[in-house]
Amino acid sequence: MSKIVITPPRRLNLPKWRELWEAREVAYRFGQRDVILRYRQTAVGVIWVLLQPLVAAGVFSIVFGNLAGLPTDGVPYFLFSYVGMLAWNFFNGLVSRASGSLVANQALVAKVFFPRMLVPLSSVFAVLLDFLVALALGIVLLFVYGVNPGWGFLLMPVWLMCLLLFSLGLSLAASALMVKYRDVMYVIPWVLQIGLYATPIAYSLSAVPEGFRWLFYANPLAWIIELVRGSLLGTTPSQVWLAPAAILVSVVVAFLGVLVFQSREREFADLI
Amino acid sequence: MHRLRHPLERPEFEEFSALSGINFEIPFGEAVGIIGRNGAGKSTLLKVLTRITAPTTGRIELGGRVGSLLEVGTGFHPELTGRENIFLNGALLGMRRSEITRRFDEIVDFSGVAKFLETPVKRYSSGMYVRLAFSVAAHLETEILAIDEVLAVGDAEFRNKSLAKMRDVAKDGRTVLYVSHQMATVTALCTQAIFLAGGKLVHSGSVDDVLEMYRDSFETVAQTTAVASRRPGTGELRASDVRVADTIFTSVDDKVIEIDVPANLESIGSYFISCHINDANGIVITKCDSRLVEAWFDPEHDQQVQLTVSGIWFAPGRYTIDVFICRMGILDAWEGAATFEVLPELPYPETMNDEAIQGALVLSDFEYARR
Repeated sequence: MSKIVITPPRRLNLPKWRELWEAREVAYRFGQRDVILRYRQTAVGVIWVLLQPLVAAGVFSIVFGNLAGLPTDGVPYFLFSYVGMLAWNFFNGLVSRASGSLVANQALVAKVFFPRMLVPLSSVFAVLLDFLVALALGIVLLFVYGVNPGWGFLLMPVWLMCLLLFSLGLSLAASALMVKYRDVMYVIPWVLQIGLYATPIAYSLSAVPEGFRWLFYANPLAWIIELVRGSLLGTTPSQVWLAPAAILVSVVVAFLGVLVFQSREREFADLI
Repeated sequence: MHRLRHPLERPEFEEFSALSGINFEIPFGEAVGIIGRNGAGKSTLLKVLTRITAPTTGRIELGGRVGSLLEVGTGFHPELTGRENIFLNGALLGMRRSEITRRFDEIVDFSGVAKFLETPVKRYSSGMYVRLAFSVAAHLETEILAIDEVLAVGDAEFRNKSLAKMRDVAKDGRTVLYVSHQMATVTALCTQAIFLAGGKLVHSGSVDDVLEMYRDSFETVAQTTAVASRRPGTGELRASDVRVADTIFTSVDDKVIEIDVPANLESIGSYFISCHINDANGIVITKCDSRLVEAWFDPEHDQQVQLTVSGIWFAPGRYTIDVFICRMGILDAWEGAATFEVLPELPYPETMNDEAIQGALVLSDFEYARR
């Protein structure tokens, strides 16, 4: 019989990985719940997943591709913005779902014990499912446009992992802060809205005037999106350092997110 | 308003320890009742033991997994079907998937909702909902089970079934921690008890001893609440005196309670009074809310209110009266404002020993007739 010892948490409160792993069923059930709930009592169900990035990319290609005539490094504009939206939707979906997840599950957090981190982590399931469906459509589009991504395509999972870690790190910190400060709830949609335009999704970095470019390079999400785009469309990333920097930053952000989350975990049930 | 003008100012707070100096050991296979008045720290203790909140100091050692059967239905999602909810809730309560699958049929059987497994639980009646939720929790296979006042759910039949189930759990050699106000279920279920008061462990021992102490504790509460400024409530109005016309009644006497509330010209709008009569176990026997009889009082005048309670036959014993003065919220909460005694002199033609009325909350005027 296993013995459990409860002591006051220490200052640096690293998660108990074994406990997390043993409770993985909770995350899985939460994920399943999210997926089921999203499409129960909807008329067209899963088609929503395809419709969202398609419509967004369509609007972008009309506004930015045709009207503004932004350059895309020689890739068909629709495909260019579709792939951008693919990565952006993953980030956007994960951050907006996961950051509010603790507050949305208030009753559970206040009444039942389970590793709290599973709540924001479980948002990954639904978002990843959306991503994979949209990615499949993206691959179809590659054939339609006759674009060959080349061997770089094999690195796609690596950049996806970076995107996942980066988004999760931010979400974990945001969800933990939201328990005490509901201000976070108002800030996040606003930041995400600005982020959509501040990140090179509808345009490529080469469209940005030289003088401003450093500002865009200060955004790690821009690096990751450029790498994802590179691996899918066969374009070369604009800087050599993007790849190692993206890996480093996403690991660091994920780690910091975990630390912020853990340092606040003990007060969740009392404050939420 | 203040918060609007100074949005960045931090509210002042004082530190409060809900529990301190709690030290006890529970052997395996005991069913332990945790007893105490409101705010004694019972639920906090259970929350710390079930790891919902972390302690600030101290050390707890648990000889196994803890399952908690806190509020029924937390973790149920209204849109999911009964089947999906069983798996979700089971996982939340700490069951592994294999455990849930193994006991799935038992859970469904116990709840009696087999026919509606594929229906979203939002379409369930509240009784079905509660039964299903309880069944999942009752089939937890953890070594320690924590229960917070949940046995009082469902209809009488289901309640008895649940109580029996809980007793089986304890017999299996698993440890049960049970928090309740209902002394009857504590005596029925528990083999040991812990008495908490003001966040401190007062006594840990046999159920009878602890219940005895719990009953006595009502008197000390009456003393501390006699000082008006120390009572809860906004304090806009304070009852100055609560008297019982006679401190000793027989069962059938009208119980006359007099309440004095001095005027406060700054208090605007009429208020109402709610009077609770509790028996020695702290169970509320009756609530006399003046709104029910359209009695409202004007704070501009001194009020001398007389409340007459008739129409119930109180069982012999000691009773305490809580007086609440309310308008939009509670202005004054005076627990244990007065006490009275009902003589052990039964209002029936025959004299019997106690056993004839034992366990009854109230007595009644009844008749048997041959037809």
